[in-house]
Amino acid sequence: MNPLASLSHLAAEAPRRALLLLGLMVAVLAVAPVVLDRYLLSVFFLIFWFATVGQAWNVMMGFCGQLSLGHALYVGLGGYIGALLWVKFGISPAIAILPAMAVAMAFGAAIGWLGFRFGIEGVYFALLTIAFAEVTRIGFDNWSFVGGAAGFFIPVSPVASPVNLRGGPVLFYYVALAMMVVAFVVCALLRRSKLGHAWLAVREDAEAARALGIDVFRAKMAAVVVSSAMTAVAGVVYAFYQNNLFPSQTFDIARSIEMILAPIIGGLGTLFGPILGAFILTPLGQVLIALVEKIAGRAIPGVNLVFYGAALMVIIWYAPNGVWPWLKKKLGIPEGRE
Amino acid sequence: MLWSLYANVLVQGVLTGLVYGLMALGLSVIFGVVRVVNFAHGEFAVVGMYAAFILFRSFGIDPFLSMLPIALAFFVIGYGLQRTLINPFVSRPEHEQFILLVGVAIILVNGTLMIFGPDARSANLPYSFDSWDIGPVIVDKVRVYAAIAALAVSGLLFAFFRFTDTGVAIRACADNLTGAAVVGLDVKKLYALTFGLGLACVGAAGALMVTLTDATPMIAPAYTLLAFTIVIIGGMGSMTGAIVGGLLIGVAEALASVLIAPSMKTMASFGLLVLVLALRPQGLLGKRA
Repeated sequence: MNPLASLSHLAAEAPRRALLLLGLMVAVLAVAPVVLDRYLLSVFFLIFWFATVGQAWNVMMGFCGQLSLGHALYVGLGGYIGALLWVKFGISPAIAILPAMAVAMAFGAAIGWLGFRFGIEGVYFALLTIAFAEVTRIGFDNWSFVGGAAGFFIPVSPVASPVNLRGGPVLFYYVALAMMVVAFVVCALLRRSKLGHAWLAVREDAEAARALGIDVFRAKMAAVVVSSAMTAVAGVVYAFYQNNLFPSQTFDIARSIEMILAPIIGGLGTLFGPILGAFILTPLGQVLIALVEKIAGRAIPGVNLVFYGAALMVIIWYAPNGVWPWLKKKLGIPEGRE
Repeated sequence: MLWSLYANVLVQGVLTGLVYGLMALGLSVIFGVVRVVNFAHGEFAVVGMYAAFILFRSFGIDPFLSMLPIALAFFVIGYGLQRTLINPFVSRPEHEQFILLVGVAIILVNGTLMIFGPDARSANLPYSFDSWDIGPVIVDKVRVYAAIAALAVSGLLFAFFRFTDTGVAIRACADNLTGAAVVGLDVKKLYALTFGLGLACVGAAGALMVTLTDATPMIAPAYTLLAFTIVIIGGMGSMTGAIVGGLLIGVAEALASVLIAPSMKTMASFGLLVLVLALRPQGLLGKRA
């Protein structure tokens, strides 16, 4: 189906009330930088960023039921490729997202092939994804061309250049916001597509899906490849936001875990879940960090993560489907629609 | 001489591997019986390391002694954890169990980070640097003690499952859950016992690890990964497999760090993992496909 027609169809299907609310929210976010200070801009950047990578991860786990715990791998690959091409060859990150996506997709395909071909599933597959992220981390740690463990740095440019992702917090606010919206639209379209239905079928019952003539292996591979490509784009943006890359941080398991919190808390397999989760978790975490710093007089690392861990346990205990399905009911959006 | 280098590396790998094996044994026992993957395993190991470190620094209790009360405390924690937190999740989907335990793991690792900070702590036993020369092979005293202790605890666990009624009952639960329930076994209690025993293993292993390497909160996910890798290589749920896998990984890591580079030791274990997953996904000693 023509994606544009599909999109208008999507819009027509949603209740008017919800659509109005959504449009209002995007409009508010679009003008918000006028009143936001530097700190709040950085918080919103993190919200949008985590919503984007959460959306990407959700394609694999939420749609297709494949648990990945190594998504930091794609963030790191994207980041390093974007940074390398810019610093060493002067290639704009606007172009570099293409090779970044390609390399991430190749890695994703390799992991997927190894996993799905040999019937490695569930936690076994999750371990495989961690293993690949770890091996890549060690590789980058020992690769002197990219700075090794000492890190790789993107020089701060005195002139703002939005196309090259050189600029202040307002630029990154809009870039991340755009990324979140695009990721949402892409996922919305994908979920309505034939592939999206194949994913859901594989998630619910792979054997039954096979019986219906769905190529399970191909559906799973498509999920990994789409997810890794989306994550790599977010990785490029994050590298230029941070201006530095360290293998021990970029490819860290803790990063991979942090990336999956928002979709789980918001609602696995839903389109609004990753966004909602990011809007709940990131500000709460930031408030907690600031609060503890005020009370203790110094920053205590790990506070926000202890809170995230507790939030994860509470959610999975009481509402394993996440916050969005509950909120959806409150908003009066009928079952089976989003 | 080259062969003496290999001999040294091999001995060191085997000794460390036995401690790894004990750690993995806990994970394997829990998975084999309760069918839950303890994703907080390495985090518990690190808590065990810090417990032994504190007991040594503050009260001068040798980790080889404090491993007993630590194992006991971990048993109680594991028993309680299974009874309260994990039991309701036994019949839930795999990814929900996993998320619950990731929550536990995040809290444990960042809790230790908040309390102890990110710096590496080393126990520095008075005999940390003593060693024996056996021909051309130099063996560290602590490493031998740690290996013997690990072997003893593993042996105790094997004996428990083999010779005691409770151990046999737990094995019955693992083999045939419905059958075990039908003959009137208290499955919930046996599950809690098993989780307690699994954590006792990892607590003891943590106390032993602190004699071999520094304790830092950040190492926890790597230990989870290590235990998981060993168990998959050995075969999920196989007790002998955990020990064999531990030995294999111990030797592979030692070889890689000497022959290639110290940072390459993780590469070696992942190489083994990928090989096993591709050629024999059920693990070396695993039964089910």
